Amino acid sequence: MKLNMMFNCEEAGHVCDKAQYNEASLWEKLLLTIHTLFCRLCKKHTKRNAKLTKAIKKSEIQTLSTEQKRSLKEHLRQEMTQ
Amino acid sequence: MNESLYNQHMPSHSLHPETWVDRYSDYLYNYTIVRVNDHIVAQDLISETFLAGLKSKKNFKGNASERTWLIAILKRKIIDHYRKKNSKKGQAEVHINYTDDDMEGDWLEERVKDPYYKSAEDKLENSELRLAILECLDTLDERHAAIFKMKTIDNFDTEAICNEYNITPSNLWVIIHRARKAMANCLEKNWL
Repeated sequence: MKLNMMFNCEEAGHVCDKAQYNEASLWEKLLLTIHTLFCRLCKKHTKRNAKLTKAIKKSEIQTLSTEQKRSLKEHLRQEMTQ
Repeated sequence: MNESLYNQHMPSHSLHPETWVDRYSDYLYNYTIVRVNDHIVAQDLISETFLAGLKSKKNFKGNASERTWLIAILKRKIIDHYRKKNSKKGQAEVHINYTDDDMEGDWLEERVKDPYYKSAEDKLENSELRLAILECLDTLDERHAAIFKMKTIDNFDTEAICNEYNITPSNLWVIIHRARKAMANCLEKNWL
């Protein structure tokens, strides 16, 4: 935890990323908000980053599990060696 | 990233079956699941698609990308699936009986629009968004894409991913940061 009130952009970017996965603390989020009041670039980036999170959530995208992929690979490999 | 960009911009495409599962199975799955609405069937169709692709490897002329070509095969598999299903018609008829005496009037309530109902348009847009996300993922470095997918879509713990890939949390966050930037860039035109 940083007690310094000022973030640099790199730290702001990191907190912003963590916030997308609900891993940023309240304090970090507060510092990020303060930073974005002064830094237009980070403000823009924060907005885009949040949009990406929203889009992925909204899409309800599904992936095959590692197990399922393994079995697909196994199938394919068997066929390739024949 | 260089390699996948290279593949995409090559005038003539080639096939690499050993990379199919990692690169395309999620794409094919999301494509299939909205069309057949059954997880097991979808998985079978994908497996059949890969095998069929392997068998007709020599017919690949390189005009289309690998993915487009696999999708073309998958489409035929999906049509075949419905043909087969149709020929078994009658065996699996669903009887909805709304005329039971003690059910009188209940069906009205059942048919009230439920709050989670999504319009067909929303669903369609979502399925396109899913494919767009996966297309963008395919332009990323393979390892970065896999890590981003685990963290963002499959919601794995940071720790689990770090163990799997033998990296430190700070490595992970650097990768996530780059991947998110690239993904946002890629999706920006149509979706963000």
